[in-house]
Amino acid sequence: MKKLLVANRGEIAVRIIRAARDLGIATVAVHSTADAQARHVRLADAAVEIGPPPAGKSYLVVDAIVEAARAAGADAVHPGYGFLSERAAFAAAVLDAGLAFVGPDAAVIDRMGDKVRARQVAAAAGVPTVPGTAGGVDDVSAAVAAAAEIGYPVMLKAAAGGGGRGIRVVDDEAGLRTAFPDASREAASAFGDGRMYLERFVRRARHVEVQVLGDGTDAVHLFERECSLQRRRQKVVEEALAPGIDAGVRDAMTAAAARLAREVGYRSAGTVEFLVDDETHEFFFIEMNTRIQVEHPTTELVTGIDLVTEQLRIASGEPLRHAQDDIVARGWAMEFRVNAEDPARGFLPSPGKVGRVELPAGPWVRVDTWLEPDATVPPFYDSLLAKVVVWGEDRESAIRRSRRALAEFTVEASRRRSGCTPRSSTRSGSRRGSSTPARWSSGGRTHDSDDRRGARPLQLGR
Amino acid sequence: MTRHEVVSPIPGVFYRKPDPDSDVFAKEGQTVGAEDTVCLVEVMKSFHQVPAGAAGTVVEFLVENEDVVDAGQPVAVIEAG
Repeated sequence: MKKLLVANRGEIAVRIIRAARDLGIATVAVHSTADAQARHVRLADAAVEIGPPPAGKSYLVVDAIVEAARAAGADAVHPGYGFLSERAAFAAAVLDAGLAFVGPDAAVIDRMGDKVRARQVAAAAGVPTVPGTAGGVDDVSAAVAAAAEIGYPVMLKAAAGGGGRGIRVVDDEAGLRTAFPDASREAASAFGDGRMYLERFVRRARHVEVQVLGDGTDAVHLFERECSLQRRRQKVVEEALAPGIDAGVRDAMTAAAARLAREVGYRSAGTVEFLVDDETHEFFFIEMNTRIQVEHPTTELVTGIDLVTEQLRIASGEPLRHAQDDIVARGWAMEFRVNAEDPARGFLPSPGKVGRVELPAGPWVRVDTWLEPDATVPPFYDSLLAKVVVWGEDRESAIRRSRRALAEFTVEASRRRSGCTPRSSTRSGSRRGSSTPARWSSGGRTHDSDDRRGARPLQLGR
Repeated sequence: MTRHEVVSPIPGVFYRKPDPDSDVFAKEGQTVGAEDTVCLVEVMKSFHQVPAGAAGTVVEFLVENEDVVDAGQPVAVIEAG
């Protein structure tokens, strides 16, 4: 691998470019016209414009990206997360163009990316699954019939989806009849597939996911992450390891994940998601994400293994470099997502122009971001601005360090523009059980140091 | 009869249909209630329904489907009353 095209934007594009550079691989960025001045574009060795701002006309256009790779002389494509990362057709198109795809084979994306078929694979591999529909359903009456067998409460998920969009929980048939059309429409819009998957909703559940790496022949796990702290079923805080499970569950679940990866001949980094029932300690396979994930840095901080670097090595044809017994988790890591949202307006996404930015740093604090002074947050893409990731020798010290790090985080509105713009920092939004969004105001007001005194410390202890 | 402008509350991408295969929320000449949705605006991957804001007749749409709109930008005109 000599030159890598990064088919993404934002913090993950920045992070992938850095990994490539660490390996001496040249990089090509792609961008919409809205991102012409973005961080990832300036960081890469070369950049190609691929279309107008809406993602459907730029970052989601397979032909434009493959053509950009060809034109720039790239020999590999990393899809990042979101966008085309789990589209088998994209992986196939990259391969057809004679380029390496940094991810699993198209056929494996197809099998494991579709929740319905992934459940069948898991069941065949002896990995337990949550009661749910065997196939995706595409209309309300089929959904009602399926829910009657599964038992309420029932969760509705996009059969082709990921990232929590289109997910609804309904308690009864009336709720299902109301929610299904909306959820299906969102899924069709986001993924081009309106089929929905129904499953039992476990009330007291932990969302635990196991990181795996495979080279097509062998597979290893890199322990687990817990992503139970969510708002509207979107993750806001993730940690490695999972605090709520015991050693027995951990051993069985991580082994199951590696077994699943091995049995599908998985190549690259992937995540096997489980629900763990808090009361019975049962674990159920939910789905496999065939991409690098937003929260991957937490695993990197506890294992010392750079997952994106490993992805690039595997895509170059190298075998796994770590035996299972050599992979050890040390200490504790937590990730906090900073989003362009307005807590005062129901966490409404708030794009706009940024003014001053101060990022945390110091020992065992890592910030993955594309944010910089005077950046523009476009309205067209997701609202993730930055990920603050901290490591500590145990969970308590990680929490203490995260309080320190988040208190150092400031993002202000540009004073040159009115409208919905960022005002201050994560600190005032941080409190028990809530997210840590950047705070935005609608008046272009300037930062006030009183905000600091009004800040409340982050409390995440259980 | 008063002229009422429907304004997008947020910046984003303007849609007249709930999804690509459905009919538009409202046509020119159609009677709508104040709470009726007349369009969607997508911002940062979430969709927001925009209500008419006044009962009356839809006179015209000021932007095309999938156009990029700003917060506060008028997107449609209702003849209220």
